[in-house]
Amino acid sequence: MERSVVIAGFGGQGVILAGKILAQAGMSHGLEVTWLPSYGPEMRGGTANCTVILSDRTIGSPIVDNPTAVIALNLPSLDKFEPTVAPKGILVVNGSLIGRKVERTDVQAHVVPINEIATKVGNSRTVNMVALGAYVKATGAVPLEVVKRTMAEAMREGGKEKLVELNERALDAGYAALP
Amino acid sequence: MGERRLLRGNEAIAESAIRAGCQCYFAYPITPQGELVEYMARHMPRLGRTFIQAESEVAAINMVYGAAGAGVRTMTSSSSPGISLKQEGISYLAGSNLPAVIVNVVRGGPGLGNIAPSQCDYFQAVKGGGHGDYHMIVLGPSTVPEAGELTMLAFDLADRYRTPVMILADGLLGQMMEPVELPEPIDVSQLPPKPWAATGARGREPNIILSFDLGPENLKKMNLDLQAKYDLIRKHEVRYEETQTADAEIIVVAYGTIARIAKTAIDMARAEGIRAGLFRPITLWPYPYDALRAVADRVKTVLTVEMSAGQMWEDVRLAVAERAKTPFYGEMGGIVPTPKGILSEVKKHAR
Repeated sequence: MERSVVIAGFGGQGVILAGKILAQAGMSHGLEVTWLPSYGPEMRGGTANCTVILSDRTIGSPIVDNPTAVIALNLPSLDKFEPTVAPKGILVVNGSLIGRKVERTDVQAHVVPINEIATKVGNSRTVNMVALGAYVKATGAVPLEVVKRTMAEAMREGGKEKLVELNERALDAGYAALP
Repeated sequence: MGERRLLRGNEAIAESAIRAGCQCYFAYPITPQGELVEYMARHMPRLGRTFIQAESEVAAINMVYGAAGAGVRTMTSSSSPGISLKQEGISYLAGSNLPAVIVNVVRGGPGLGNIAPSQCDYFQAVKGGGHGDYHMIVLGPSTVPEAGELTMLAFDLADRYRTPVMILADGLLGQMMEPVELPEPIDVSQLPPKPWAATGARGREPNIILSFDLGPENLKKMNLDLQAKYDLIRKHEVRYEETQTADAEIIVVAYGTIARIAKTAIDMARAEGIRAGLFRPITLWPYPYDALRAVADRVKTVLTVEMSAGQMWEDVRLAVAERAKTPFYGEMGGIVPTPKGILSEVKKHAR
């Protein structure tokens, strides 16, 4: 089985890091993975996105026309990627920043107040981990515990040990936000 | 083996160069291969090796010339405009029979172009971007693990044939991450000696390394020796990969990033009942003409897909020599063909 997700938002919302952690977690979980960033001018102020593929077999194209999931953290990202989600795919939408409804009726849409949850967790900058937690709940792509462990390792490697606990809570809160 | 790490293409090339015993690395930063320079800056000094951020690409390639002449494994890397600046130095390396590895993480051109992925430097790499009758061995990795493997191989081939070797990647491969199983570092003390190197002439005749001879007869001989070497490389070093070509009616020819995207497109075509296959050159010079011709004899259509206006397409047509139809699909300017885009071309030409 091959799962693909586009994680998209403003530069600074942490989508690149969320994708890296998901890819790393997938690898730790024994999957084949690819992580592909958008790079260049769009990283500077506009929308940033990355594509992660998780598969139990060798991955061909790291580019997907129709990802099986999209995480949209802002409106431009939803506008750009909603039409691309594969039928029956999953859409995680940041309800805090996106006023409009999801138009697709052939996908499973989860509108989550990601910024509100992040603020409640204790830091609005954890939106990426809240979103990742929700994605993990919606897809079961990788166990939450593996994601948490991977995140903790990434934080420690980056000398940000003190952020581990906060981000664990953010992942939990995102995970708990979906039924 | 066994150490599996999630690395960018740029980082896999850098780490593999270190494990291949690269002693001296010189470069000037440019997107989209910045992480390669950063990785070397971080790791080479720690290992007691040489990292120099040169004042220019021209300086970097000439530092490579010096280090190669001194007999150590050496590398430089850049992206398209920077590689253009290195062409004179590459010609000198080739003319002087010096082993070196040059990495081009190709971006959109011509001119300043942009920083998006492209394959528009194929001609420059395989037909000789510098002056003179020379070739480089050119390797086109398709995945991040392969970028690492081919980097290790590049150092061996460079030494074996005393020739510059180019890794021809693109911005997408440089930027993307994938798990890489890293090999054990080689033991440089076990490498074959380089009796030709300029290591200090005490107790022996001086070694002279140059690409210069005023006498036409002598320069002719130098050229014939080079050509003899290229024949040897053509005979022994052609590499390619075939996927589902055995029963194919149409094959896609693609290298690098596009080859892996085409692999997905071919699976999609097969699911729709089209007998499609993939021919992927790994060595872009020497080009696998004979192998491609053999495949072309069995199929109706050979579709070339590239991120260029059709540069490798020329070599495909040379190989196929009208044994099959040879349509072309290309994107330029940093646009990357998607699986669906390639699939629709396959469907169009399979009829």
